[in-house]
Amino acid sequence: MTIKSSRYTISLIVVLSLIWIGNSGFYNAMLLSFGAVSVLFVVFVAHRLEIVDEESQPLQLGRRIFAFWMWLLKEIVQSNIQVIKRIWLGPKSISPVVMQLKMSQQTDMGKTIYGNSVTLTPGTVTLDIEDDVMTVYALSYDSIQYLQGGEMDRRVKRLED
Amino acid sequence: MFLAAAIALMVAMMLAILRAFMGPTLYDRILAVNLFGTKTVLFIAVLGYLMGRPEFLDIALVYALINFITVIGVLRFFEYKRTVDDSKEEA
Amino acid sequence: MAIFLDVVSWALLILGGFMCFSGAVGIHRFPDFFSRMHAAGVTDTLGSSLILIGLMLQTGWQATVLVKLALIFLFILLTSPTASHALAKAALHGGLRPKLGKPEVSDEIPEKFGKPRSESVNNQL
Repeated sequence: MTIKSSRYTISLIVVLSLIWIGNSGFYNAMLLSFGAVSVLFVVFVAHRLEIVDEESQPLQLGRRIFAFWMWLLKEIVQSNIQVIKRIWLGPKSISPVVMQLKMSQQTDMGKTIYGNSVTLTPGTVTLDIEDDVMTVYALSYDSIQYLQGGEMDRRVKRLED
Repeated sequence: MFLAAAIALMVAMMLAILRAFMGPTLYDRILAVNLFGTKTVLFIAVLGYLMGRPEFLDIALVYALINFITVIGVLRFFEYKRTVDDSKEEA
Repeated sequence: MAIFLDVVSWALLILGGFMCFSGAVGIHRFPDFFSRMHAAGVTDTLGSSLILIGLMLQTGWQATVLVKLALIFLFILLTSPTASHALAKAALHGGLRPKLGKPEVSDEIPEKFGKPRSESVNNQL
């Protein structure tokens, strides 16, 4: 086992233990030992599946991801209000468009975060990503123009390095 | 106030299940079932407070997990398959 | 202080209930599958967040209850885009095409999704 993979193993153990302790609410020796056995079993299975790597636990994101989440939450609230307005105004207020957008991210992780953020904000859905072009379906042309403005793209790009 | 939220969720769930029955395409139905599942999670959580039993949250958590796996599983099953009775689905 | 928290959490619960209701109305008012997906997204994101935050304020600060609500919150926010994306892709593979408001400004759907069903070609809203 290399140093790199042991780092991900330790973080997996910490996360799983926190989930167990947070959810159980009982702190006697018997239940905690059950928890330890479960955690070890899950770590064993994860190693056999070979999913203990930077893809399942993107530690390199560090604290930047929280700032991004805060910003994303603000975006979600804004676009939700837009969509709710359109729901109550009726189908005449929407004019859906499909657009292909360039994305500047290099890594798979960056592309995934960008695509999922676009889907998570109501009003835009990622239909497909191929190489560095993504196909977006939006409820109106404004949301596409907002994405073309590229603020979200830049913020995700900043998460990468 | 929990009651008001529970009633709102209940009405929303009924509308979702109505869409699941009406279709018209298979994907509309899956979407409606997914929506129904998400609302069920919230409904169980609110119900736990309404009845003074926050242990219901465990059930809500498990239901959230199962709901996601179900939708992905059903989609895997249908993704590359053109249904034989396309014409019937489209009606 | 307790009353203030109560009022805030009640407002959040009512607002969240309204959002969920709007999302459910949306899947009946919007014209085709792809636009309905947006309406469903409203419930998945803002509706559930508001209701869960409203419930968090009512816990009386018990750690386990807060952790469970936070886990549900995180889980819904992480899985809902994945489910939406899988659903949209499956619908495209199944030959469904979105109805477009302005076909002249729209780009083409990639060809790898196969041929659309005959009745959903060139369907303007």
